[in-house]
Amino acid sequence: MVATYLNLVVQGALLGGLYAIFALGLSLSVGVMRFVNIAHGDFIVLTSFLLLTLSAALKLNVLLVLPLVIPLAFAAGYLLQRLLLQRVIGQNALLPLLVTFGLSIIIQNGLLQGVGADTRTLSAGALDVASLQIGGLNIGVLPLLTFIVAVVLVFGLDWLLYRSRLGAHIRAVTLDVGAADLIGLSSVRVYAIAMGIVGITVAIAACFMGLRMNFDPTSGPSRLLIAFEVVVLGGLGSLRGSLLGGILLGIAQTIGGQIDGAWQTLAGHLVFLTIFLLRPQGLLPRY
Amino acid sequence: MPTSQHLIIAAGRIVLLGGALALVVAPRFIDAGGLTMLTEFLCLLVLALMWNLLAGYADIVTVGQHAFVGVGAYAFYGAAVLLRVDPYLAIAAAAGAAFVIALPAMMIVFRLRAAYLAVGTWVVAEVLMLAAGKLPNFGFGSGVSLPVAVAREFGTRPAERFATIYWLALAVAAAAFLSTWLLLRSRVGLGLTAMRDNEEAAGAMGVNLLRSRIICFLWTAPFLGLAGAIITLQKLRISPAASFSIIDWTVFVIFIVVIGGIGSLEGPILGTILFFVLREHLATLGTWHLIILGTLSIAIILIEPRGLWGLLRKALGGDLIPVSHAARAGFGKPKVP
Repeated sequence: MVATYLNLVVQGALLGGLYAIFALGLSLSVGVMRFVNIAHGDFIVLTSFLLLTLSAALKLNVLLVLPLVIPLAFAAGYLLQRLLLQRVIGQNALLPLLVTFGLSIIIQNGLLQGVGADTRTLSAGALDVASLQIGGLNIGVLPLLTFIVAVVLVFGLDWLLYRSRLGAHIRAVTLDVGAADLIGLSSVRVYAIAMGIVGITVAIAACFMGLRMNFDPTSGPSRLLIAFEVVVLGGLGSLRGSLLGGILLGIAQTIGGQIDGAWQTLAGHLVFLTIFLLRPQGLLPRY
Repeated sequence: MPTSQHLIIAAGRIVLLGGALALVVAPRFIDAGGLTMLTEFLCLLVLALMWNLLAGYADIVTVGQHAFVGVGAYAFYGAAVLLRVDPYLAIAAAAGAAFVIALPAMMIVFRLRAAYLAVGTWVVAEVLMLAAGKLPNFGFGSGVSLPVAVAREFGTRPAERFATIYWLALAVAAAAFLSTWLLLRSRVGLGLTAMRDNEEAAGAMGVNLLRSRIICFLWTAPFLGLAGAIITLQKLRISPAASFSIIDWTVFVIFIVVIGGIGSLEGPILGTILFFVLREHLATLGTWHLIILGTLSIAIILIEPRGLWGLLRKALGGDLIPVSHAARAGFGKPKVP
């Protein structure tokens, strides 16, 4: 009994690593550009389909295709911000929300039109089923790898934002756009780079999501909701909090799913709402 | 020229009144199919008016509006079929249930800061939809049909029933429109407009933003619930997927208001009419229908955030349905002697 639950907690925590990767891009776009990207989940799903297509076309393992897609994702994020989102961010939070909402619907239906409604997964060959025996627990190599990537990303982004020169620029623009422009920082460029970084996290999220779970053209919104819950649970603007929030949500879903398969999603939402009502500032608030 | 401008505005108002009059006499002249479509039109108009009240005035962008439509549908079924309440009373119960659910929903949603609030409403809607699928008396995830006996309470012959449902929809739409207009012209609406124009100044003048936003949020819930009940009467079925359909009751509604014009009463009306015209031509295109609507709404936001009505208003030079008080006195311009 105890062993079963210990196993569930460990599996849930590893799933939480994936959820934390979902959340990083959302956290960054809200933290820096002050808007919630409604299409965040759809970007992840779109990139999963891209990885699927490229991996099949190049006959390469999807983990080897990912390094090729990352620069593309950076460029896509950069251009999206520069050409579209930059026109609507600013005083009115309504407009970027509505533009990304429109993008979300366009991506979902574009994918339905382009690749059909079938459910897909990505495959990393033999790695899919490989597992390690640690202290009586059977741990999949892929979930473990996902979790390690999540930790590296969280601390890497934290370093980037708070220890690097680019991070100083980003934070300056976040604090005061006008003042940053006055001292010669181009806020337009900094925003575009930030969105490019979001694109990188989206590509990584897309790869590990596809390896871990099924996806279809309309999976985006459920990924967005997970990312959102993780960000709020962790505390707005706190990247390390996101890791904690992700783990919590992963455990809640795994245990909920164990009690009754149909309750997995609902259990995650209910745990989120409960913690949110008790601690609205999140687990590790930055402010 | 103020005189020609007045003439255009007056003509616009006559068109608007003519449209309202046409809706009143419509059952005498059109067949059941047309009446069904007009009922759908009125329901979507109610949803659009409510979404616009929140997004355009109260600064609450909700992506979870379908939650209250679904709650209304389920409450109507529960009251009329399971509790055997008088069907007309069951429609009122739908409004009541939506209002009651809105109270805890508000406590969750209002704790979130502006940009997050949108996704927060979505989570609440998702939870309610998933919970609806767990209800044994409501057919779990696959839903259940409305018994013939309940439908017959609204008319024994189909034509009679369609007419009754139409009158109900028209009554709800009229009540939604007129009461929202009054709300916007009241202190609450005035405060919200002041807040939109200058938050600090309005706050210094004693406008209580939170109170106004709460009033607006709770205002929309009963109307959404009523729309849910009427939609159920028309479709004769409830199910989590259809009653809580995000595409039908939120996505289309957002596109309607964005394209028609956020932050005006004319916008949702214009948007809903345009939506039905477009639907006649695009519905057969399937997924392309939504792709086109999405692209159109993004293009409109980039060109004129106030939508098509924003563009038209510039050409007309005034509101057809004055929400602000200045609009009454010569559309805010000093009179030239």
